[in-house]
Amino acid sequence: MKLMTCPINGTRPISEFVYWGEIRPAPDANTCTDDRWADYVFNRNGAPGVKKEWWCHTPSNTWFIAERDTEKDKVLRTYLHGDDK
Amino acid sequence: MPWRLLRFGLSKKHPEPRMFTAHDTLKSSYDVVIIGGGGHGLASAYYLARDHGITNVAVLEKGYIGGGNTGRNTTIIRSNYLTPEGVKFYDKSVQLYQDLSTEFDLNLFYSTRGHFTLAHTDSAMRTMRWRAEVNKHYGIASEVVGPEEVKRSTPQIDLSCGGHAPIMGALYHAPGAVARHDAVAWGYGRGADMRGVEIHQQTAVTGIEVKGGKVVGVHTSRGFISTGKVICAVAGSTPRITDMVGVRTPIYIHPLQAMVSEPMKPWLDSILVSGSLHIYVSQSARGELVMGASLDPYEVHSTRSTLDFPEGLAAHLLDMFPFLSHTKVVRQWAGMADMTPDFAPIMGLTPVEGFYLDSGWGTWGFKATPVCGKTMAWTAVNDKPHELITGFSLDRFRNYSLTGEKGAASVGH
Repeated sequence: MKLMTCPINGTRPISEFVYWGEIRPAPDANTCTDDRWADYVFNRNGAPGVKKEWWCHTPSNTWFIAERDTEKDKVLRTYLHGDDK
Repeated sequence: MPWRLLRFGLSKKHPEPRMFTAHDTLKSSYDVVIIGGGGHGLASAYYLARDHGITNVAVLEKGYIGGGNTGRNTTIIRSNYLTPEGVKFYDKSVQLYQDLSTEFDLNLFYSTRGHFTLAHTDSAMRTMRWRAEVNKHYGIASEVVGPEEVKRSTPQIDLSCGGHAPIMGALYHAPGAVARHDAVAWGYGRGADMRGVEIHQQTAVTGIEVKGGKVVGVHTSRGFISTGKVICAVAGSTPRITDMVGVRTPIYIHPLQAMVSEPMKPWLDSILVSGSLHIYVSQSARGELVMGASLDPYEVHSTRSTLDFPEGLAAHLLDMFPFLSHTKVVRQWAGMADMTPDFAPIMGLTPVEGFYLDSGWGTWGFKATPVCGKTMAWTAVNDKPHELITGFSLDRFRNYSLTGEKGAASVGH
């Protein structure tokens, strides 16, 4: 069984979590060009690497950030938004 | 037969020509370099040589032939898609497949079985009717049938699916088939090899040289080669290659897992697919049940499989076929699926001149192998997209003109 550590509820089976993709800052909708906006909507950083991702522990609806190596499938650390020290 | 075997035993050298020529060195330049020695890459090489007379071609494969998603899919071939672009494209592929065994002089074990996509809900029935109408409009044998037809084809099925997902009907596609996936890659590889194409296994691409927006060469683990045209057919490794030329794509990688059961007597003639139960199953010529499910739920760039997967898949299989409760699973594996937001592939030209993409093949690439080879060869030769692939261009994600294939591409999405 794969595991994920929720910053609030501790280590739980990964089936209790949902993955919400890499954190991607949105461009300012009022000022950005159509091309830039389409790039934000569709394009992804698809190559392997260590990525910062949104995850949610669904039973408690805890949203948090996981730093994960997507090639080794190894979670390096997890923390709540704003706790990135 | 034993005498023939004896010849192999007594001969100091392998007494028959190898399937592929081994090349000790790379040439300094090629007309076309194809990255990826899977079905798609080898088919592209084959049609470049056969249809266009271009034989100064290198196929570069990091591992071994057909070792990626070509050898990891569940071998289903069908054309009952949802969009006109998809239906026309996959229909061409099914037509090409039917002649391949003769063309290669190699038995692909192409076996037309009939393909049922089961519907367990009203909304699924609606999609089936929609698909049937689009299919029929383009001359594809495809129709909505009731549960009794499913039962007639496969008497062992529990139509109530354990009581929680009763089958309301199905989309029936008579030309649905299975074939040996390795044989497809090997057949294309040998055909290309015989025509002078060089297949280089154990040769990784480490960089692509672009000058003035144009491809000029490829760096490999065995040295630099110059070329003006590169076809990229690497499925789950696509983002690594597109990063080398600075082309942005919407492709994201999730693993897709599959497994086979122990062999048993033939009992399952049809191919059965259920979107709601996240399962597709057929019985191979060897008697094994070949089964797949939906994508793993998060991005991973590796081919390790998990325990959750056979647990979940087996539970759904037992909903359909309770009598299989003592059947053993003998193998499971995973492939890296290059997914796109609209579940259609990304094919053709890119912002880099001479760099052609055959990608975004997610969970639906094997059935398209012949037509991909044919259209990618044409596209690379003419430097414009083949008419069958204009709906699959990378540009569609800049113009918001997607080719929504989600309802027909695979299960559980």
